[in-house]
Amino acid sequence: MYRKLIFELSKEGRVGHVLPDADVPASSREELIPQNFLRSHPAELPQVPENEVVRHFTDLSVLNHHVDKSFYPLGSCTMKYNPKINEKLAGLSGFTDLHPAQPEETVQGALRLMFELQEYLKELTGFQGITLQPAAGAQGEMTGLLLIRKYHRLKGRNPKTILVPDSAHGTNPASAVISGFQIKTVRSTPAGLVDLDDLKSKLDEDTAGFMLTNPSTLGIFESQVSEIRRLMDQVDALMYMDGANMNALFGIVRPGDMGFDVMHLNLHKSFSTPHGGGGPGSGPVAVNNKLKNYLPVPIVVKEDNRFFLNYDLPDTVGRVHSFYGNFALLVRAYVYIRMIGKEGFRKIAEHSIVNANYLKKRLSEAYEIGFDAPSMHEFVLSAENQKKRGAKALDIAKRLLDFGLHPPTVYFPLIVKEAMMIEPTETESREMLDAFAEAMLQIDKEIDENPDIVLNAPHTTPVKRLDEAGAVRNLDVNYYKRTD
Amino acid sequence: MAYLSNSDKDFAEMLHTIGVDRFEDLIENIPREIRFSGAFNLPEAESELGVSNVVGELADENRTFVSFLGGGAYDHYVPAVVNALISRPEFYTSYTPYQPEVSQGNLQAMYEFQSMVCELTGMDVTNASMYEGGSALAEAVLLGAQQTRKNKILFASTINRRYREVVETYTANMGFQLITMPRAGFTVNTGELESLYDDQTGVFVVQHPNYFGFLEDMEAISAFCRDKNLILIEVYDPISLGILKTPGDYAAHIAIAEGQSLGNAQNFGGPYVGLFSATEKLVRKMPGRLSGMTVDSEGRRGFVLTLQTREQHIRREKATSNICTNSGLMALAAGIYLALLGKQGLQKVADLCLQKAHYLADRLCAIEGVSLASNAPYFKEFTLKLPVPAKSVIDYAMKKGLLPGIDLSGEGYPDHLLVAVTEKRTRQELDALAETVGEAVRLVR
Ligand SMILES: Cc1ncc(COP(=O)(O)O)c(C=O)c1O
Repeated sequence: MYRKLIFELSKEGRVGHVLPDADVPASSREELIPQNFLRSHPAELPQVPENEVVRHFTDLSVLNHHVDKSFYPLGSCTMKYNPKINEKLAGLSGFTDLHPAQPEETVQGALRLMFELQEYLKELTGFQGITLQPAAGAQGEMTGLLLIRKYHRLKGRNPKTILVPDSAHGTNPASAVISGFQIKTVRSTPAGLVDLDDLKSKLDEDTAGFMLTNPSTLGIFESQVSEIRRLMDQVDALMYMDGANMNALFGIVRPGDMGFDVMHLNLHKSFSTPHGGGGPGSGPVAVNNKLKNYLPVPIVVKEDNRFFLNYDLPDTVGRVHSFYGNFALLVRAYVYIRMIGKEGFRKIAEHSIVNANYLKKRLSEAYEIGFDAPSMHEFVLSAENQKKRGAKALDIAKRLLDFGLHPPTVYFPLIVKEAMMIEPTETESREMLDAFAEAMLQIDKEIDENPDIVLNAPHTTPVKRLDEAGAVRNLDVNYYKRTD
Repeated sequence: MAYLSNSDKDFAEMLHTIGVDRFEDLIENIPREIRFSGAFNLPEAESELGVSNVVGELADENRTFVSFLGGGAYDHYVPAVVNALISRPEFYTSYTPYQPEVSQGNLQAMYEFQSMVCELTGMDVTNASMYEGGSALAEAVLLGAQQTRKNKILFASTINRRYREVVETYTANMGFQLITMPRAGFTVNTGELESLYDDQTGVFVVQHPNYFGFLEDMEAISAFCRDKNLILIEVYDPISLGILKTPGDYAAHIAIAEGQSLGNAQNFGGPYVGLFSATEKLVRKMPGRLSGMTVDSEGRRGFVLTLQTREQHIRREKATSNICTNSGLMALAAGIYLALLGKQGLQKVADLCLQKAHYLADRLCAIEGVSLASNAPYFKEFTLKLPVPAKSVIDYAMKKGLLPGIDLSGEGYPDHLLVAVTEKRTRQELDALAETVGEAVRLVR
């Protein structure tokens, strides 16, 4: 395996990139800026020739698992195929070279794309207003919650609590807090639905809203939404939908029709934009008429076939991004929607649901299913059974790496013991699902027949299990500060 | 249909394996009354060829210029290596490195990025990225205020207004007071700081070089913060640190930047990358991901996400931030850029910006009635005072393919122009701009 750090490749005097010489009179720094503003010594950045920089990062890259290589069934993350045409078109210089402060008349194509994307996303979700600004799902959640707060404030109320199911993703409670709310956690029933009795007991005048993921992180459709809506209406609380799982709903239900007031989408999940090893994302927030006037500014509007940035929303919550959001990802999502077309979205949902149920069926031979309820686009296994026989969910996950497969999300949602959350997505073939199922079934056998191979896994990866506790104890997050 | 791997036949057979007759049987639990039964009002599916035409036309509807626009996004040169590397699917189609054994590439690149940004800024720790500059600053303000447990934040009025607006949105419900520090001309009035301070003041936020391009009196500001025991948050320009003193030199507690300048395209405002650095003391309160060095079970060097107990997936409502997805790929670009330009290259970029900006400013100020808006030193960006409305100059220059700068009407200065000069601008372009502005001024007057 490749073992060098970029710093270890550095040698004094080596040059990675040659810049042109100044074509203006080359005054010295000191003539142009008073000495006391200048660094006393330069940053000791690496000095590595171009060829070696390329090899270094290429060597690093091949250590990563990625969607283009193999299966990546991380539950909740919707690791579907990232179409190449998205990349190609987002890379057009007519997009990449645009400065965000260019006059509107010079960026009509970009604004048209954003406007049309706004319309498409509203149509797909059944909402009346939308902002493309949030840079990821979590920022979308914050934005949506700020809208909810604004709604209450303008009615002269100040409820402080957001209800969040116990199956919710960690960003939900964290976003509630960063938006100035406190949370109350609502229990799930044995069928994986919201426990309405628990919900009722927590609902009161201080409830500002309910944040629901639908389908939930268990992959189960929350069928009681209408009932929940009626409960919320009793105290004028609003309904937020975490739309991370939108892939399962396309063309089957629309959150706006179902009774939600606001939702975020993850373009980096449902709309095929790549994850970039951790980001960037894009988390548009769609709303109904109750919240439309509070959206962040600017919003792209159309008049006489010209496109403008509208800043004139007197009750706006403000701005959550310095510019207009992650534009290059909006281009990718736009391309995707045009490729899928009006008929295609329902098929995405159907295939993602069938793929998940097929895999669930195959795995149920050996693994306990967390909740016995119909699954949508993902499902959660419990490795409790396997744990009793000696191998935890984590061990199984690590062993999967030896098959060249990425493990599912493990230990989430928190309400399933030894959880393994599996989301195959619609872009995977049946053969891939079979290969994954066979690997999982083989590992289950290995637990009895050859436990060491599971417990010491992985065996084939660039490194073996890493000492995470040690990383915290001897914190080393900056090469230049190392003391060894 | 594009991107589905299974045929109708597979689909039917898989339904059979599942044990149902029709797809409908799988979604029986979804109440009829909330189902969507219509057809989407969306365009028909396109082929790749078709979509290339549609989107190609949209790209062509935009116009690009020889640009002197800055104000938070800059037209720096992006070496070919950067895009070649970040276009590798091993990087861009991977997820957050939750399984470190198969994510060593991303984790090591994060560690290297963190380290280089620390070296650049003189700070102890840097996270592996925030969304962009504005929200990174907002999170810094939240951290600073929580750390001091005081509710007043001194906020320089020379900070990019867009950042300020994001900070206001983030802090609106937190019970903090953002106190705008008046300016003397186009820099912070350091003479007035004392009168703004009281014992409820905990955080001081300044941008240097500031939004108008001018350098702040950071020595005075740093001394004031030290004296009053304030958390100092400095917003910097990463390219400027090729030659300027660092946030670390000024004893900043948190250093924030928009990292777009480091190897990222302008992309009409995003995706960019927020750089978030802090002192060691604040590391456990920081938002965002951190890659840490460790060893594997055979003693080999490796990297993992560390101090995860700060994060939302572990701590939920007690997390230091709600951030999850960040700007990983843009941070990778920044890391590659810093590694490639290296010790000499970054200084050279900064020197070129500095020299060209000063050359241009001198030429522009030779036009009658045109002057710099402040006597303060500047780096690659400066504010000009014009004898005519900035808009008239911009309109005139655009006809010649030049975008001369940002109209500062929005800041209350309709006759001021904010001009940014990167290493990409040639002497010819600088001369053309000076001539064009001269013509515009004479014409409009
Ligand atoms: C259910 C759910 N909600 C919210 C999020 C947060 O989205 P992001 O990572 O884009 O901030 C995620 C993804 O990580 C998720 O799976």
